[in-house]
Formats: sequence, C-alpha cells, structure tokens
Amino acid sequence: MTDAAVHAVNPDPDARVRLSGRQICKSFGPAQVLFDVSIDLRAGEVHALLGENGAGKSTLVKILSGYHQPTSGDLTLDQAPVTFEDSEVAENHGVILIHQELNLAEQLTVEENIFLGREIKRGWFLDKAAMRLESKKLLDQLQCDVDPRARIKDLAVSDRQMVEIAKALSKNADILILDEPTAVLTGREVDILFDQIKRLREQGVAILYISHKLDEIKAIADRVTVLRDGHLITTEPVAEVEKDDMARLMVGRDIKQMFPDREPVEAHDVAMSVRDVSVEGQVRDASFDLRRGEVLGFAGIVGAGRTALMEAIIGLRDRTSGDIARNGKIVPINSLQDAKKCGIAYLTKDRKGSGLLLNMDMRPNLTLLALEKFGTFIIDRKAEEAALAKAIEAFDIRAADPKTKVGDFSGGNQQKLLLAKVMETDPEVVIIDEPTRGIDIGTKSQIYHFIGDLTKRGKSVILLSSEMPEMLGLSDRIAVMAAGRITGILEGNDRNEHEIMRHATGISGKQGVSVHE
Amino acid sequence: MSSLERTEASTSSGFNIDFKALGPFLALVGLFVLGTVINDAFLSGGNLSNIFTRAAFIGIIAVGATFVITAGGIDLSVGSMAAFISGAMIVVMNTLVETLGAGVETVLIGILVSVLLGIAAGAVNGLVSTKGKIEAFIVTLGTMGIYRSLVTYMADGGTLSLDFGVRGVYRPVYYGDVLGIPVPVLVFFAVAVVGYVLLNMTPFGRKCFAIGSNEQVARYSAIHVDRVKTLTYVIQGLCVSVATIIYVPRLGSASSSTGVLWELEAIAAVIIGGTMLKGGYGRIWGTVVGAIMLTTIGNILNLTDAISNYLNGAVQGLIIIVAVFLQRGDWRRKKSK
Repeated sequence: MTDAAVHAVNPDPDARVRLSGRQICKSFGPAQVLFDVSIDLRAGEVHALLGENGAGKSTLVKILSGYHQPTSGDLTLDQAPVTFEDSEVAENHGVILIHQELNLAEQLTVEENIFLGREIKRGWFLDKAAMRLESKKLLDQLQCDVDPRARIKDLAVSDRQMVEIAKALSKNADILILDEPTAVLTGREVDILFDQIKRLREQGVAILYISHKLDEIKAIADRVTVLRDGHLITTEPVAEVEKDDMARLMVGRDIKQMFPDREPVEAHDVAMSVRDVSVEGQVRDASFDLRRGEVLGFAGIVGAGRTALMEAIIGLRDRTSGDIARNGKIVPINSLQDAKKCGIAYLTKDRKGSGLLLNMDMRPNLTLLALEKFGTFIIDRKAEEAALAKAIEAFDIRAADPKTKVGDFSGGNQQKLLLAKVMETDPEVVIIDEPTRGIDIGTKSQIYHFIGDLTKRGKSVILLSSEMPEMLGLSDRIAVMAAGRITGILEGNDRNEHEIMRHATGISGKQGVSVHE
Repeated sequence: MSSLERTEASTSSGFNIDFKALGPFLALVGLFVLGTVINDAFLSGGNLSNIFTRAAFIGIIAVGATFVITAGGIDLSVGSMAAFISGAMIVVMNTLVETLGAGVETVLIGILVSVLLGIAAGAVNGLVSTKGKIEAFIVTLGTMGIYRSLVTYMADGGTLSLDFGVRGVYRPVYYGDVLGIPVPVLVFFAVAVVGYVLLNMTPFGRKCFAIGSNEQVARYSAIHVDRVKTLTYVIQGLCVSVATIIYVPRLGSASSSTGVLWELEAIAAVIIGGTMLKGGYGRIWGTVVGAIMLTTIGNILNLTDAISNYLNGAVQGLIIIVAVFLQRGDWRRKKSK
C-alpha cells in the first residue's frame, strides 16, 4: 500500500500510471470483440469504464486481469511491459478483478474465504488465530464490522462485497477492478461501497470501476472511458462530461424519449383491488386499487415490505389476512397457479435465479409458464416455434442462433425473454419487480416502451423499482411503503422524489392505509 | 471464470451435441464388434436374445430412474423395492393358491398387487422427500433399508419360493416370445417408448426438465413442483413393479439377496446414456443403450478367458467412469485461459 501511496502523490498524471493496455484487440474465433482499445489506470484514481451490454467491457477487464490474453496489443505495469499468463500472475502483481458474480464459498466463514488457498499455517496445522486477527485488521481498515467468524451465506450482499475487497487487499492488491459492483446492491449499500472506494483511492489504489449507471460514475469516478461495440469512444475527466453526453456516447445516438407517453386512466375502472393484506412480520393491512391501464409504482426502502406484499398477492407467500379482488369480485389466491388463473402475472427481479432456465434455449423458457396452452397431453412443437417467432419479433429479442442457451444471453435479452414468457399467459395484471436491473440504457428504454404498450392494450402494471428515474418516469401513481404499511399513494404533482422520501422514511402519512381513500 | 468456460463450451457445442447423442450408440456398436471378434457365438440369436432379456430388468428400472434423475432427484431404493415387491407377490400368490388354485387369476392378482405396491412405494419416497423436505438421497437410503429388511422378514431370513403350479402358469411371461422376440424385451421396448413420449413430448416431461435444471424457476413458473417430483418417484415405482413382474417367473423365488445393487446398475445405465446426474437433462434412448451396454460387458466377459468373469464389476465401473469423462466433452480441449 505504501508503494501505491507514493505513486498517488506524484503530481504528474503520466507518472502515476500503474497499469495500462495499448492497442488491445481481442477476437473469439471469428468474432472480434475489441478493436485497438487503450486505457490507463492511475494510482489514487477511480477510472470508470462505461458501455452498453456487449460493448466489450468485461472482455477488456479480463485481459487487464489475466483471465484472457489479448489477440494483439500489450500491457504495461509501471511503464514496463508485462504479460499476465493467468489471473494468478496478475494477482501476484497486485492486479485483482472482483467479479460481478461474487466468488465466495458460501458455507465457509469470512476469514476462511479471505485466506482461501493461502491459509496461514503453523507447522502442518492452520493458524486460525493469526488468520482471524489478520481478517479483523483488514475489515477494520475497510470500516466494515462483519465478524470474521460469520458464514458468508448469512451476510448481506454488500458485506460480501466488502469481504471480496478485504480478500483482494490481503493479497496486497493496489490495482483493483470492480465489475459492476452495485448491480446487486441497494441504495444504502451503494453509499457504503462508495465510501470504501474513496478511502482506497486516498490510499493510492488504482481503481477501475465498470458500470453503466451514469449517476454512479458521476458520483465516484475521476475519469471515464466509454466503449461502444468494442471500440474506444473517448476517455475524459468525468467533471467535463454531462450525463446526457455520456449516454449519447455510450449508445451512439440520442435517446429521444426514454419513457413512453402516459395517458390518463379512468379512476373508477379498477382492475384489481387489494384490501387489508397482512403478512406475518412483513406487511400490515395493505390496501390499494390498481386501475385498468395504469402503471402503479411501489416505492420504499429495502425491507419496507414491497416484495412481501407482492408475493402475498400472487400466492407465493401466506397472508395472515386480507382479500384480493379482480374486476370487483373477490378471488381466492393461495398459490401462483391461482394467481395465473386470475390473470395476474409476476415478473421476478431475479431473472437468473428464478426467472429463466439458463441451461436451455429460448423455446422451453418462453412456454414454461403457459405450457397448458401448447397441448394437454402432447406439446405442440410447431405452436411453440410460432410463439417464439412472434415473441422474438414483438420484444426484439436478439439472438443470433435460437439454439443458444439463455444463460449466454446478455442481461437485456434475458429480460426481454422473461417479459415475453410472462406475457404468454396473457395476464391482465402484471407485477414487475426491477425490470431493468443490470441492463444498458438503450434496452432499458425499449423495455419502458414495452411496458407502456401493455397499458395501452388495457393491461395494468405494478412496478417495483429501486431506481428513482424509472419510478418517476413510468408510474402514473406511486404507492410508498414504510415498515410494512402503505404510507401514501402519490398522484399528480405529489409524484416527486421529495414526497416519496418523506413517505418512505415515515415522516408523513404514518396512519398509512387510509391515506388514499 | 464461469463466463469464460461458457463461451468456450458454446463455440464447440456443434460437435459436442452430436457426440453426446451418438456416443452411447457408438460405444455399444464398439462393444458388439469386440464381442464378435472375441467369440463367434456372440452374434448368435440365442446369445443376443439372452443379452436383451437380461438388460430388460435393469433397463425398465432405469427408464424410471431417468425421470427421477432428470427432475433432480435420486432413488437408491429400487433394488430393495424390487426384492420387497417380488417377495410380496410370491406370498400373495402362494396364499391364493389355497382358495383360487394355481390359475391365471392368481397370477393376475399377484401382478395387481405388484403394481399397487410399486405405486405406493414410489409415492412414499416422493411424498416423504417433497412434503417432509428431506433430501431424496437420505429418504431413499432409508427406504432402501426398510424394503430390504421387509423382504428378509417375510422370507424369515431364507428364501420365498413360488408355488410350483403357479410357476407353470406364470412361466411364459419370462420365457415366452412373440414372433421370436422374448416377452421381457417387448415389455422393455414398450416401457421405453412410453417413457420417451412422456419425457420428451408432454408438458409433464418438460416440467421434469425444468425442475431438474432450476427448481426455483419452475416454482415461479407456476409448476406444482412437489406434485411433479412425487410423480417421478411413482413412475419409478411403477417401473420397478413392471421389472419385478417379469423377474418373478424367471427364478420363482425371492430372498434378501434379490435385486442387490440394482439401484447402482440402474443409475449407471442412466448416466452412461447421457442423462445429467444433477438433473435438467434426460435421455430415454441413452438409458436403454446404457442398460444394454452394461449387460453386454458381462456377456462378453463370459465368452472370453482373457479377463476373469469375477472382474465384471471392475470393467463396468471403468466403463461408467470413461463414459462420463467422454460425455463431458472437454477432453479434446487443451486447458486454456
């Protein structure tokens, strides 16, 4: 770390360059994914790497960290040429990539993970006391109060990320590459992570931060490099580019209209009403009406009970009380199958864990939820193929080969397929949880317009999102939850960030349920 | 790393898929060539019919196991279950001889008992593991012991023998043939066809694949996961029952050593056939070929003096490991980073 700090204080930016890639090209078979990309990482600087899905960000960072070899071009470390034969060599040089999907052994403890494969030994035996002490020191340094003896599976995602960083530091990493670290974090967790990143920057660590979230890049990065279709578009100080410019550089065109136009809906035409729904320890007496053709947003901090409420509505969770009515008639919903019969569909936020079968191709994924539509005894393959062709067209799913496994799709294409899958059941009410998590801005806008189209066709949508612009841009009304209660339903001019926060933190509308009536 | 492996796998998938589908068939052809070279008698009608008839037991059970394994489960109890059902059939039929005599009715009731017991035993495995939320490995390890000791108890530690008269009536089910094809082979073929249709062409089969590849996704796709999983164990029980119905007339007896290690042979046949042990992908015809391969190995060892017949198990074990290694498909690729 002291070396890094020395680098960091050097006033000459060129002298502070630690790791750089020059004219990097990379091809996988016949497909070239990187074209003459150059990038340099300086000590004491957060360098953001921005680009849409498939722009080549991950390939570039894997080359910088030894997981891939460049087809042509070279790397230099502290101005001297260097070759990383594999990630281990890179790590020995202090370059560590923290993957998007965290690589921790869930059943092991924090300290066991930090020293995995590099255990401190005394004679033939593990020196657990030394490892615990060292772990504690590392975590303290990150101001993270996780117990070194805690098991990873019991930790929040943000804490796991801290453990990953502690692990990297324990390997004396002074060039740290973070691959979309906030994709799985909540707002508060992001703040904590950013504090840690800033602290590391002050200590002289060179950080490469991959993201496609413009707000984050504005908040944390010093310089930004934009990649598009494998080409380097620009590298500039973040202070000198506006967010709109970044978006334009990344997408390569203006996104004229991020969100669809909204039309007013009839307030008395109620598609679904929820009355006094409670879930043990999570939701208390939640009531609301969903109007036909509207997008009803649900805002709230994590743990406010939004997901629990929705899971109770669709029968994935037991409710202790309350009724759900569709078109004015109370419907018994005790399972997802019941919800499906009542025309209510749920789009999970966890598209990899509970949305799609990653080891299969598109066809079985598309029809899985509506399988009975394709035959009671024998599945009609032709009908499935036809449905797939229609879905690919309607949702602009871009797969070169329909036999590609869904797990190899980009996040955007996965999300489109998931949307198509749910729409196969032709639901009247669609509950969408985090529709654009980990998706680039161009595809995001497309998905917003798909949602807009649904409502134009008379479907009603409930939107759960942790992204405020999405919430404000898409929703006609916004219900806010705090501590398991609906603290308000905001309409018209009240639909703003300030009001949402006021209700979400429980400052306003504590009496909850009756506010909207 | 995972994405790296994925891209490599997908670039070479065109070749892999063909190899995976054809691999077991090619291996079987190879074994047949080997058998012919070793001994001319290998290709004689009598020997071939012997191989297929013997393969039928394990094969029928393995078709059931393909469902269980595809849906992400495992059933270790099939060997014991077969012994238990055999014993129960024999006891029931011997008892009926006193009232109904040694006629067709007695045999039919015995068969009915077998089917009911198969369904019941499978349902126990399925319900205890799904409703009780206990891993199938543990549940069927438990029922393996239970079914085994039940047959030992029924036989009082010895052997249950089928009444001689009934044996005569029942005999054609194993020793008979239609147009020269032995009855067990026909039944095996029929079970495989039904299994293929059920697994590959029906919503039920699709749900098995879905549950085996990701149970959570299946649950979120409004699939009755517990129901489908339980049904796979019931299908397994039924298959065991069918195998038993053919087995009983062969020897006319059952003891505590009946069906020992059948579960491992059945699982081996499934895996050799290309079904994934962790679930999500199953192939009935592969299983059929796997079962025939296992029997053929034993047969070839019988026909040659080069390797002792006592090493049958070792050769089978070796073949299983090699088969799975070949199917993994990355033996051709150099380790690259």
